Amino acid sequence: MSALTVHNLRKSFGAVEVLKGIDLEARNGEFVALVGPSGCGKSTLLAMIAGLESVTSGEIRIGERLVNSVAPKDRDIAMVFQSYALYPTMTVRENMLFGMESRKVPRPEQEATLARVAALLQIEALLKRKPGQLSGGQRQRVAMGRALVRDPKLFLFDEPLSNLDAKLRVDMRTEIKKLHHRVGKTTVYVTHDQVEAMTLASRIAVMHQGSVQQFDEPQRIYDHPANMFVAGFMGSPAMNFIPAELTTEGGKPALTIKLADGETATLALFDNVASRATSKQVILGIRPEHLSRYDPEARAQKPGMVSLHAPVELVEPTGAETIAVMRLGDLEIVGRFDPDEAPSMGEEILLGVDMAHACLFDPATRQLI
Amino acid sequence: MQSVLEPSAAAAGPSWRERLAQAVPFLVLAPSLAATLIYVFVFTGWTLYISLSNSSLLPTYKFIGLKPYADLWANTRWNIAYHNLFIFSAFYVVGAMAVGLLLAIVIDQRVRGEAIWRTIFLYPLAVSFVVTGTVWSWLYTPDTGIQLFVRSLGWSNFTFALTTDRNLALYAIVITGIWQSSGFAMALFLAGLRSVDQDIIKAAQIDGAGVFRIYARVILPTIAPIFLAVMVVLLQFAIKTFDLAIALTNGGPGIATTFPAIYVYDLMFQRGQIAQGAAAAIMILAALAVVLVPYSLWLVWRKRREGKNG
Repeated sequence: MSALTVHNLRKSFGAVEVLKGIDLEARNGEFVALVGPSGCGKSTLLAMIAGLESVTSGEIRIGERLVNSVAPKDRDIAMVFQSYALYPTMTVRENMLFGMESRKVPRPEQEATLARVAALLQIEALLKRKPGQLSGGQRQRVAMGRALVRDPKLFLFDEPLSNLDAKLRVDMRTEIKKLHHRVGKTTVYVTHDQVEAMTLASRIAVMHQGSVQQFDEPQRIYDHPANMFVAGFMGSPAMNFIPAELTTEGGKPALTIKLADGETATLALFDNVASRATSKQVILGIRPEHLSRYDPEARAQKPGMVSLHAPVELVEPTGAETIAVMRLGDLEIVGRFDPDEAPSMGEEILLGVDMAHACLFDPATRQLI
Repeated sequence: MQSVLEPSAAAAGPSWRERLAQAVPFLVLAPSLAATLIYVFVFTGWTLYISLSNSSLLPTYKFIGLKPYADLWANTRWNIAYHNLFIFSAFYVVGAMAVGLLLAIVIDQRVRGEAIWRTIFLYPLAVSFVVTGTVWSWLYTPDTGIQLFVRSLGWSNFTFALTTDRNLALYAIVITGIWQSSGFAMALFLAGLRSVDQDIIKAAQIDGAGVFRIYARVILPTIAPIFLAVMVVLLQFAIKTFDLAIALTNGGPGIATTFPAIYVYDLMFQRGQIAQGAAAAIMILAALAVVLVPYSLWLVWRKRREGKNG
């Protein structure tokens, strides 16, 4: 059963259409992440689900109920805002009780819920403080506490971690994941951070220019991006895109790519994608971690491995891994190496390309072949 | 001042540029500091001294103690004036704030032609108190104003004579004052309402609060400091009330709408009772201090509390 269904949802501000027919669905207890760059319409979509923005056309259902013109307070939702939006003049306790008081929940029940949620989030010690006296992370917890006391049908998170510093963000990400496991409420989570989306969500909707590019499980989105936008957006460093031509090598389908000085290289294709291509010209998408130092022995285990010469232009060690920028004809490609076998600057590396994980895109439609 | 001076005096040989840079804040502030020092503190001290002297037509410096104050408080007209001040201040401040807040909330609902409404309501503030007083005195005067107009419409027994009734004349001034100042209150309240984080309001909507509850519990408490600021500004308008009352009722009928400022003027420049006039001026200062001292103390306290809690 779906906790949330969005069907062909459109939103226009004047002549500008910011959402162009969104279809989305969250099953009961599911954690759906809406991810996309700034201005892709993800926050507008969330605001429309919350009832804070009007619907131009289409349908939003929470449970079975059509809520297009239902006021936010009657939608049975709770929301955590990017700015936390805590009531500055109230203490943490009053902040958390405000919603229940508005809904005339009986006093003893209010107290019991408050105690339970405060214990869950470990904010009992903060209850008497005002938001101005809390750190960013504490405010974040209180904002979640205010949502949790409501016991709603749907939780909405609007970039809740983007105001925290990097370390705290990772901690809170883990906490949110744990919390979702424990509470098990259907959640819609907006973020521009693809790592957050990957780690938290059971399904991700990647949005761009007002439409959903792909809506699927994180690993499927990562491994089989629907188009070049999704491929480039999800994953860091981004996927390498290399223009190539479909050819054959020894009777088997292969790709030819241009190198410097008019030379070419031919890479054998691992599966039979070639039959699906509509033109000779394709774009090869290969993730940085599928490039490595070519090792003839490892080839036995990785049947899709092919080799390629490339000069190394830049090396960026990050500790756990080393990122190297290499030249391939007119292009720069980025590889992700184990620090032990990382190339050095200026080296001409014999690069292993794991074609088993390669994606091919149609250069005209930019869709996955 | 000291903190500005000390570093430049203590520094052992900074370049003239550094010296200049350090001296600039002081140089810029110096004229206004000197003016404040002389016109506020020196003259206040002088007035205080005069109020304890036997000055009559001209200031003299013979100290006679609190006698001018005793004379002042023995005077019925002064007592009425001081009493009027409190009644007027209370009604005027509460009234102007209430009307101003109401206007601000209405305009905050994103009404059409907002800028026009804002200008209309703010406009009275641009009119001087004397003009306001004169125009409203025409409106209030039974023979020329509202009473005449309504009677001309046919209600020949209609009576509207606030300014000629000694018990009501004060409220005529209150109403006029509210008309003049509520736009100012509105402008400040509106700025406050607009500064409230929209997310907070959205959060309250999702929390299930109605419009009234959102204003009462979330928005208005957030702009509480603005209430206090508006109140203090209006109060000091009220305490200085002079031209409005002069133009509107000239202190009448009889002495019903005398205000302390009017009385000070009278004593000093009409009747040659400078000592008593100074005493009355000091009493006005005392009334202002009652308002402003707690306010400044509160500001300091709040700053310190915020500093302590981060």
